Amino acid sequence: MNNLSFSSSFFDYLNSQKFLPEISKFTNKEHLVHGTTIVAVGFTGGVIMAGDRRATMGNYVAQNDIEKVFPADDYSAVGIAGSAGIAIELVKLFQVELEHYEKIEGMPLSVEGKANRLSVLLRGNLGLALEGLAALPLFAAYDKNRDAGRVFSYDITGGRYEEHDYYAVGSGSLFARASLKKMFEPGDNKNFAIKIALESIYDAAEEDSATAGPDMARNIYPVVVKVDKNGFERIAEQELAVILNEILDGRKSRPDGPIARHK
Amino acid sequence: MSVPFYVSPDQLTRDRADFAKKGIARGRSVVVSQSADGILLVADNPSKALHKVSEIYDRIAFAAVGKYNEFENLRVSGIRFSDMRGYAYDRSDVSARSLANAYAQTMGVAFTDALKPLEVELVVAQLGERLAEDEIYRLTFDGSLADEHGYVAIGGQAEEINQAMGQTWKSSMNFSLALKTTVDALANQSGLEAADLDALRLEVAILDRNKKGRAFRRLSVEQIEDLLNKK
Repeated sequence: MNNLSFSSSFFDYLNSQKFLPEISKFTNKEHLVHGTTIVAVGFTGGVIMAGDRRATMGNYVAQNDIEKVFPADDYSAVGIAGSAGIAIELVKLFQVELEHYEKIEGMPLSVEGKANRLSVLLRGNLGLALEGLAALPLFAAYDKNRDAGRVFSYDITGGRYEEHDYYAVGSGSLFARASLKKMFEPGDNKNFAIKIALESIYDAAEEDSATAGPDMARNIYPVVVKVDKNGFERIAEQELAVILNEILDGRKSRPDGPIARHK
Repeated sequence: MSVPFYVSPDQLTRDRADFAKKGIARGRSVVVSQSADGILLVADNPSKALHKVSEIYDRIAFAAVGKYNEFENLRVSGIRFSDMRGYAYDRSDVSARSLANAYAQTMGVAFTDALKPLEVELVVAQLGERLAEDEIYRLTFDGSLADEHGYVAIGGQAEEINQAMGQTWKSSMNFSLALKTTVDALANQSGLEAADLDALRLEVAILDRNKKGRAFRRLSVEQIEDLLNKK
């Protein structure tokens, strides 16, 4: 029974093939590209995830249209903050990991199973993370057993924490979370979730130099995706443009954004 | 010291081929065919859990007959092979041709070197942008590899089914027509009426030409019925 493999994991297979390259110690971290603010906001029956488009290298803007929110599979999304190279590689591996399991087993992993696999991949990067090359994901999935969206955050050791209602990661996350805290209300619909996700990134961009707001001149908007019973869907730019114009109009009369609702 | 009996390579190959053929002939057949809508994979398989057709990659599917444990092993290796290549290079660099070659190697080596040859027959199909760009490979137990066009049956009554398909199959067919044609051919050669081979006894999957990304889709009993009843 020794050679009976219990694992349908692509990551385990990669390791057995000694495929994963090791990155040697870096001394100059100024030259590494970093990613920034990712938010997830729940709504009835699903979850919205949004991420800004700026990548920084030290105090420079390295890229103004980078994408940091991706589909993980048909019913989940993953957003990343931290060292871009490592983070994007992590997402790529996670996508193959989920698809690989689904094809071999003939059915997808459970939501917990997916969240746990991401922990394991992250733990594989612990050595580099301790040297300052951390990548931190935010994972959002539709759970069909509950007909609801679920959100998981992580630490560099692979620690996995389920979040409720809303969450944010990245250098602008404190500001985004504070913003969402004042605007989120349970039972809100999808459109409202998109709106407050964009507002929170706008707020984060005002306080955090490594987060960009919407670039209306170049039509570069945050990436916004939705995960619900219909699966993963990226919200179209035209739709975002309409909402962002409303937000900007609102901020012309009240630059700090909408006043927190109270009943 | 004992000297092994001499067996001529001729005799050895024939014995091994007979052995493998006998194993494969016991199984029910699978038919893979091209159509305007995509590639259709149909198996006479009452099991809803133990599949004979399966997804390998974005536009690549796998079909098999013979010993379950042997082709299941090949299927899993095929998924690993393809996912590994897609991860190491790019998704667009994964091809049915390289997978079919890898399978041919494995099966050829097993035929000559292993204790017994593999009692399986496989089809690896890759969906193209247009029908003319589809690729269908048939692999037999000894590792021989053939490039097929239009349709191909594997398993017990492969030859008879291929002949029956030859009379009725047309490249202009949609999924519904191609499925009806295939079911007729499968049923006739198994001594059944087409009605006996109903949705519950069929395993059907498609590579959908109109789908971007992962084009493989396994059809539910209801979806199979819909296609069979479509006018």
